[in-house]
Amino acid sequence: MSDALNELGSFIQSKRPDCVVDWSIEFGELTVNVALANIVDFVEFLKTNSTCKFSTLVDITAVDHPSRAKRFDVVYHFLSMYQNHRIRLKTAVREEDMVPSIVEVFPAANWFEREIFDMFGLLFSGHPDLRRILTDYGFRGNPLRKDFPTTGYTEVRYDEAQKRVVYEPVSLVQEYRQFDFMSPWEGAEYILPGDEKEAAK
Amino acid sequence: MDGDIRTNTYSDGSVDAESGEQKIRNFNINFGPQHPAAHGVLRLVLELDGEIVERCDPHIGLLHRGTEKLMESRTYLQNLPYFDRLDYVAPMNQEHAWCLAIEKLTGTEVPRRASLIRVLYSEIGRVLNHLLNITTQALDVGALTPPLWGFEEREKLMIFYERACGARLHAAYFRPGGVHQDLPDDLIEDIDQWAIEFPEIIADIDGLLTDNRIFKQRNVDIGVVTEEDILEYGFSGVMVRGSGLAWDLRRAQPYECYDEFDFQIPVGKSGDCYDRYLCRMQEMRESTSIIRQACEKLRHEKGDVLARGKLTPPKRSDMKTSMEALIHHFKLYTEGFHVPAGEVYAAVEAPKGEFGVYLMADGSNKPYRAHMRAPGFLHLQAMDYICKGHQLADVAAIIGTMDVVFGEIDR
Repeated sequence: MSDALNELGSFIQSKRPDCVVDWSIEFGELTVNVALANIVDFVEFLKTNSTCKFSTLVDITAVDHPSRAKRFDVVYHFLSMYQNHRIRLKTAVREEDMVPSIVEVFPAANWFEREIFDMFGLLFSGHPDLRRILTDYGFRGNPLRKDFPTTGYTEVRYDEAQKRVVYEPVSLVQEYRQFDFMSPWEGAEYILPGDEKEAAK
Repeated sequence: MDGDIRTNTYSDGSVDAESGEQKIRNFNINFGPQHPAAHGVLRLVLELDGEIVERCDPHIGLLHRGTEKLMESRTYLQNLPYFDRLDYVAPMNQEHAWCLAIEKLTGTEVPRRASLIRVLYSEIGRVLNHLLNITTQALDVGALTPPLWGFEEREKLMIFYERACGARLHAAYFRPGGVHQDLPDDLIEDIDQWAIEFPEIIADIDGLLTDNRIFKQRNVDIGVVTEEDILEYGFSGVMVRGSGLAWDLRRAQPYECYDEFDFQIPVGKSGDCYDRYLCRMQEMRESTSIIRQACEKLRHEKGDVLARGKLTPPKRSDMKTSMEALIHHFKLYTEGFHVPAGEVYAAVEAPKGEFGVYLMADGSNKPYRAHMRAPGFLHLQAMDYICKGHQLADVAAIIGTMDVVFGEIDR
């Protein structure tokens, strides 16, 4: 399995050296880092080349790394039902970058790209219908960004007086609990109770 | 503007003569969000030209619970029950993908008995799903009896769920490293007995539907999917097999111990709603056969059902005598286990198609990012393409055979 993936990895790199930044095999999965500008071209190559023949788009998603300059990773998964192998493409994206849409190559990308636009606020150039998909009509913010609170900003309830659903700012009876599980011996970033004097020295 | 009637232009530049009647605009209707044939909270904005669907715009997200966001602030084990709530028709199949992803990252070997139990319950899940799907789709096209017969069997299967884990629906039974508890011997015998009797029930439903004139009129040549469409729109599961492609992850990329089971992969010919129905019927028969094989293997395969280690709790008896075991138990259920950094994609052949989990771990006790790839999401996406040119009444039949459940689409 791993040999075949190794072969595939070096084949892809030798064919498209301009697109592939680097590639690796981990946990029996082939991951290829791709330059953002060449993504459409590269996906087209993966689809049509007879050795690759990645005929099916499995998934597109994104990952947020707020500390990086290129904040987001857009992750594509492809499957070949003919060659029976999988590939993962990753490309790093700045917050203000436009990601080229691959809807032209794989119509299945439509809703995935809408979902990323909805959840992360990334824009896709060339997408035919970039609307929000999962969140409420008129929703604001990008929920899957790391700086978006899990509780959100608004809550809804039915107002008996106005006879309609109203939106209000979230008011929590109890603070939302984010437990810190790190052992104080390993990586606590706070001063332990009782250690205040020690820290002041 | 949007919704206007089409104007045809011909090669010589002429257009259709307009009579008064033709100036009528197309009719837009809202199908759902509360409609029994929508199989959940689906809102379809349909543009109709007479009774013909011109455009179909599904609005989803009405059941969006933010599972992926919630998962980022919970431990791996606490996240497991969220998977029951995705495709709540066959809950354990979803848990399976999550467990496989964690096991792949941590390199855990699942004991053989646990592996067999997983196969057994995955197949029970498949039968649960197909029973619901076939019978309610028949209900959508006008047959009332099949759901009544099918749900009786579903009830029996959910009792098997309950006897294994205590819950009829939200099982949380598959755990990273195995399954939560061992099955008692009489439960295995009862499941086997059920599997002996079940083909008769399939034959009954078969007798009701397969040659039924009305059922065939509503399903044959409706929603035809070709091989090209499958690739374009990323279909999986029965949507692929109904069109003649023998693609099944259990066979193509075997996980768990599916490679030692003997089963056939039914394929359709024409890719219409009727062929997908036939595929599901045959898959239930195959699953019943796998269930019987698994029961037979389980009779002889005794042993532990959890890979004892960091991922799983210690035995109860150990906790009574060993301090370390007690500490481990406490740490496991408060802090949870840590998963080494890395990213994996694990997929299972869920009853609806390929259900995958993309998991990105950062070495802590919580996933940095987890993404669920639901088969229904892609199937529903193709609604506009498949429904175009069909009658309004066919929309219900097509939604039915696409086998959509909003728990997994909206996440």
